[in-house]
Amino acid sequence: MRIAVCIKQVPDSEARLRIAGDGKWIDEEDVQFVINESDEYALEEGLTLAEETGGEVVVFSLGPERVREALRKALALGAARAVLLSDEAFLGGDSLATGKALAAAIGKEEFDLVLTGSQSDDAGYGSTGSVIAGHLGWPHGWLVMGVEIDDDSSGAKVTREMEAGMNEVFHLALPAVLQIQAGLNKPRYASLKGIMQAKRKEIAQMGPGDLGLTPEEVGEGGSRLEVLSVALPETRGTAQIIEGEPAEAARILVDKLQKEARVL
Amino acid sequence: MSNTIWVIVQQRQGKLHKMSIEAVRAGQLLASMVDGSVDAVLLGSQVGEAAEQLAGFQLGAVKVLDHASLGSFTPGAYTSSLQALAAETKPTFLVFPHTYQTVDYAPRLAQLLGGSLVPEVTGVEKDDTGLVWRRPVMSGKLEARVRTRGEGPVVVTVQSAAFPADEAATGQAPVETLTVDEGVIAEDRQILGVVEAAAGEVDLTQAELIVAVGRGVGDADKIGPVEDLAAALGAELGASRPVIDNGWLPRDRQIGSSGQTVSPKLYLAAGISGAIQHLVGMKGAQVIVAINKDRGAPIFNIAHYGIVGDLHEVVPALTAAVKEARGD
Repeated sequence: MRIAVCIKQVPDSEARLRIAGDGKWIDEEDVQFVINESDEYALEEGLTLAEETGGEVVVFSLGPERVREALRKALALGAARAVLLSDEAFLGGDSLATGKALAAAIGKEEFDLVLTGSQSDDAGYGSTGSVIAGHLGWPHGWLVMGVEIDDDSSGAKVTREMEAGMNEVFHLALPAVLQIQAGLNKPRYASLKGIMQAKRKEIAQMGPGDLGLTPEEVGEGGSRLEVLSVALPETRGTAQIIEGEPAEAARILVDKLQKEARVL
Repeated sequence: MSNTIWVIVQQRQGKLHKMSIEAVRAGQLLASMVDGSVDAVLLGSQVGEAAEQLAGFQLGAVKVLDHASLGSFTPGAYTSSLQALAAETKPTFLVFPHTYQTVDYAPRLAQLLGGSLVPEVTGVEKDDTGLVWRRPVMSGKLEARVRTRGEGPVVVTVQSAAFPADEAATGQAPVETLTVDEGVIAEDRQILGVVEAAAGEVDLTQAELIVAVGRGVGDADKIGPVEDLAAALGAELGASRPVIDNGWLPRDRQIGSSGQTVSPKLYLAAGISGAIQHLVGMKGAQVIVAINKDRGAPIFNIAHYGIVGDLHEVVPALTAAVKEARGD
């Protein structure tokens, strides 16, 4: 099977977030970037399915030059090659603009399956995968917790997360786009051999013109959403923050839970 | 020009999803801002009871598309139906509850209709330039204000608890039957069944005291002190999703939208930042205590007590304090 996996590079979940000078996004300086969590699971699922079916994974990403590092990691884990949409025109897009660009890049080749994560940990639109599917005219599935490919590769049995601890199982025809949920497998670590091999693997770069798109159709220009500002959420909370050294704070908290809140 | 607002409600086996009424409330609020009328749109098979329930709200109409192919949800059937219906009526806004089902098809519908998409809305206001929507970014650590531009309908999904159901205006709405042409509804998956995600032993729903651990614990071998605190309190141990996904605790300990929903007397969250998917599973707790090294973590917004600090230092100190207070 030929499998495309789309990954996004996002700020590390531990990163201290500062708001940029224009107030519209975070200041990316000094922020550590990593592969988005659910995308790591998508990549692992793609690599496993490719091994089982004797195929290969091509990894796609849209973002600035720093994204090369994430692609290099994916190549070290076993992807055959990578495609990077790093042209300035691609940046700042919503899921409709980003999905359109990625679908155009994926559509230049033949794939049996496209995998993405379910949701990015930064913008969190949770919809780029289904937009890609819409452009390709393929079925899709969101929050995927399991994939079993049919023996003849014409379809797949998919397990999808529902609410309240239940999963739904369904069958769909391939090619399809599956948006993978974190937790369905155990992402591998890169081997030294893999890291060495990755250095020789190709990262192809594409601009809007290579995809038959105009710069106005993608990125910020092609977006239907405009971010006006970001801010700390309005705190409606009234939490009593207990100060002091751990031992002292702990004693005060236990005392309050006993005498004030009366739950101990 | 008057706006037509459609609230696309969700049902399963004829029962309305509880967030459907929250979406009705969001639609009503929107109507008051943009001079519009609100209709509820209900898709399914044999959904008369859900339609009756919706008819008790202040709506232009409850529009029902009842078809055997809509009995089980598939994105293909639901998008193709709504695309056909919207082509006829041209609603300006389509409001969905933000659920595991609607996110599986609302984005694709927005794209097919040539509209815009605002996922996971937590608020809306109107200024001189038009509507400004609020939605979480950075896993809920920040909130973005966004506006839409361009042609076509605006598709929004509204986050849980952002528009309280009990504020939805009641009334008496007529129930109307919708139809689509034969062959329009295109199912794109074959439903095989529903299974339990974690056939586990642990029932946290009845627990009075819960100590829950999150990603901040860092590794499986560092959970021990958190277990010690739970033991000292006589509490059950729970966890947020990253802990489960990393395999540090079994899935039957998961609390949140895809795990168990709990409402203990005391919920002590250690190293949990408080993504919305976790909060919906525990915000019913009587008293919430948060321990996190990041003062900006959303968990502090719903906590009653908080300690800002490293859980690896605070948790053992708490265990000692609990033992001391109990005279152990």
